[in-house]
Amino acid sequence: MLKDQDRIFTNIYGMHDRTLKGAQSRGHWDGTAGLIKKGRDWIIQEMKDSGLRGRGGAGFPTGLKWSFMPKESDGRPSYLVVNADESEPGTCKDREIMRHDPHTLIEGCLIASFAMNAHACYIYIRGEYIREKEALQNAIDEAYDAGLLGKNAAGSGWDFDLYLHHGAGAYICGEETALLESLEGKKGMPRMKPPFPAGAGLYGCPTTVNNVESIAVVPTILRRGADWFAGFGRPNNAGTKLFAISGHVNNPCVVEEAMSISFEELIEKHCGGIRGGWDNLLAVIPGGSSVPCVRGEKMRDATMDFDYLRNDLGSGLGTAAVIVMDKSTDIIKAIWRLSKFYKHESCGQCTPCREGTGWMMRVMERLVTGEAEPEEIDMLWDVTKQVEGHTICALGDAAAWPIQGLIRNFRDEIEDRIKHKRAAVAAE
Amino acid sequence: MLRRLYHDQPETFAFTPDNRAWAEAQITKYPEGREASAIIPLLWRAQEQEGWLSRPAIEYVADMLGMAYIRALEVASFYFMFQLQPVGKIAHFQICGTTSCMICGAEDLMEVCKKKIAAKPHEISADGKFSWEEVECLGACSNAPMAQIGKDYYEDLTADRFAEIIDELADGKVPTPGPQNGRYASEPLSGLTSLTEFDSGQTKFNASVQLADDIGETVKRIDGTEVPLVAPWGDQGGRPHGEARVAPPANDAAAPTPKKPSAPERKVAAAPVSEAQSKAKPTADPSEKTAPKSKGKAAAKPKAKKADAKPVPAPATAPTDADRPAALSEARGGQPDDLKLIKGVGPKLEALLHSMGFFHFDQVAAWTETEVAWVDDNLKGFKGRVSRDNWVEQAKSLAEGKPTEFSQRAQKDGIYKS
Repeated sequence: MLKDQDRIFTNIYGMHDRTLKGAQSRGHWDGTAGLIKKGRDWIIQEMKDSGLRGRGGAGFPTGLKWSFMPKESDGRPSYLVVNADESEPGTCKDREIMRHDPHTLIEGCLIASFAMNAHACYIYIRGEYIREKEALQNAIDEAYDAGLLGKNAAGSGWDFDLYLHHGAGAYICGEETALLESLEGKKGMPRMKPPFPAGAGLYGCPTTVNNVESIAVVPTILRRGADWFAGFGRPNNAGTKLFAISGHVNNPCVVEEAMSISFEELIEKHCGGIRGGWDNLLAVIPGGSSVPCVRGEKMRDATMDFDYLRNDLGSGLGTAAVIVMDKSTDIIKAIWRLSKFYKHESCGQCTPCREGTGWMMRVMERLVTGEAEPEEIDMLWDVTKQVEGHTICALGDAAAWPIQGLIRNFRDEIEDRIKHKRAAVAAE
Repeated sequence: MLRRLYHDQPETFAFTPDNRAWAEAQITKYPEGREASAIIPLLWRAQEQEGWLSRPAIEYVADMLGMAYIRALEVASFYFMFQLQPVGKIAHFQICGTTSCMICGAEDLMEVCKKKIAAKPHEISADGKFSWEEVECLGACSNAPMAQIGKDYYEDLTADRFAEIIDELADGKVPTPGPQNGRYASEPLSGLTSLTEFDSGQTKFNASVQLADDIGETVKRIDGTEVPLVAPWGDQGGRPHGEARVAPPANDAAAPTPKKPSAPERKVAAAPVSEAQSKAKPTADPSEKTAPKSKGKAAAKPKAKKADAKPVPAPATAPTDADRPAALSEARGGQPDDLKLIKGVGPKLEALLHSMGFFHFDQVAAWTETEVAWVDDNLKGFKGRVSRDNWVEQAKSLAEGKPTEFSQRAQKDGIYKS
């Protein structure tokens, strides 16, 4: 198990002093100017060496993403935008960072912005997080008062302004280009790529969008060294990670652990085991609503990292939001609820998604009650394949995958239910 | 998802002075020409003030930001947190119903709502106090099931506890938000499994609950006086509002490629904006606008005819140029009065007034009723402000050297410090 000294978020439950002073006593904001003085190239190289992969779900290497930003300004300013629109069902880790350990994020914003030549950074927090917004803004105000932001931020010679902006309840604004649209005061509809945000993002200027956790771990990585961070987890899956476990475990919680921890250890150590024991485990969604579910018996020995979950289980780590379902769960209904979610949140821009999410939800509804033909399972599979990959953003894919996961893993259950229903009708 | 404006709209909307000051400070977060970025925070503030978002509120915010009404309406109808219909007088309950909460009992919570509040979501309870809806994942999944009541998350709920909370709110009490099962935040219920070595005792509540407890406006309609206005980005290092990101100082040479002076930045910003403005202009044209607007009102509210005659001082025919008040080509002695001391005039409006030839309080104070109507009609993007905020009255006092309540506050707090 990860030792407490190796945890980056040392106040994730907010039980200790949450002010700037408290954060400094835990080692944050220590020698920030010194890190910045080492220069842009050093920071980016260090981030690459650390092996940090984006924590927002896609797992794109963070250092590499930063290196796409223009080295020289062509007259346009550069921006860092932090994606704090945490709305992926199952995910509740960034909330804990922003309300309880906000200075990790603020310091990270300064360093990351410097590394990509940005004098301004916007944090886009989801609108429902009202108290989290207030807590984070209080921390930002504190940092301004202490001279850690603003002109010559933290004595580094770099002028830096940090702005907190909020959304108003649209899941799609977690997609980076939709987030930029929303930040510009429009409907959150994703943009076509290219141009990528690093070329033309916010207000048409070079922009990098990073997840809260990706930015918040930066200062600690730089202070303790890329090797330290890379020492956790398997190669290509380095570091520590916040896991958010919800559903049918005895003690749901958010906890920071080393990557590549086994599922069993994660659940036994921190969550007090599965409700009703391991034999009672039905299914797990290991990375938030957008990844396919996995049958319980395959999960017990699973390694919780990007590569294992994708290559060996056909799922994904996503945001490391683990939803555990025991045998009392109606798995078809649970996935139907996700279909309803995606139908509700489709922005309506691309036809396959706008119409397809509705169709998928309605067929799922029939499967829940069992009032369907067995052929409809294959038809549904077909529809998911027609939505997947045919939309501007990944919401279409995300809507298709949970259903594909259900059909792949629980086809017998769906067929049983249809058969059962028919028998019941025939008996009447 | 079909979302429409409510059929019964109020006549007008205006921010309270504190909310307006707050809103104006928010606009300075964004580069010049990008004021539209502030629309979500401003609309949200309007909703926090009124409980729901009405058409006048959307138009008011659009005016503040120089946006076409349809663009603001698009935003208001796209984002689900904007309530386009009235909600319960005391509180609106939002039950998270997505999978994590669903498998932990969210459906039981909704049964409670159906029984105690109203059979259907968005319906207001018989006593007018409450309304409810099912919302998508609220991002507190480790504390499922949960509901957002007003501003706050009530987590780790059971149906019984939730019913109690509704009763307490009905009695005028505000139950403490946060986990309802004795947890502090999102740690394991049975005790810490990590971070034990850093223990230093704990504050009473987690960060969210502490704020709710300190400010105490969980279900209150806010008027902006709850917390002091802080805008550190605006006055940090004496930078003028809205220019927080301009030219770095010369001593920045050590840092690689400091940004060029603001000129090119402006140019980039200006191009798309002028395009947007030219698009917006037709609707902003005063002569065209009066007609469709009153028509829209009449259509929305059959009774409006009677009411319309009263609040709108303008005669049936639009004011003509003959009503234009006397203007100056420049300020007397090059020293204009600080028109921003008039409540309702911000930096943008002041510049507009200067461009129209108004520099002094006594000028404004001398406007007749017809002249006021003309100015009201010709303030592009700020129509109707003169009469709404009662400028003439204020200007009279200020011209005589008597401070108004607002000018005192503005000077003291340096609202428009530039």
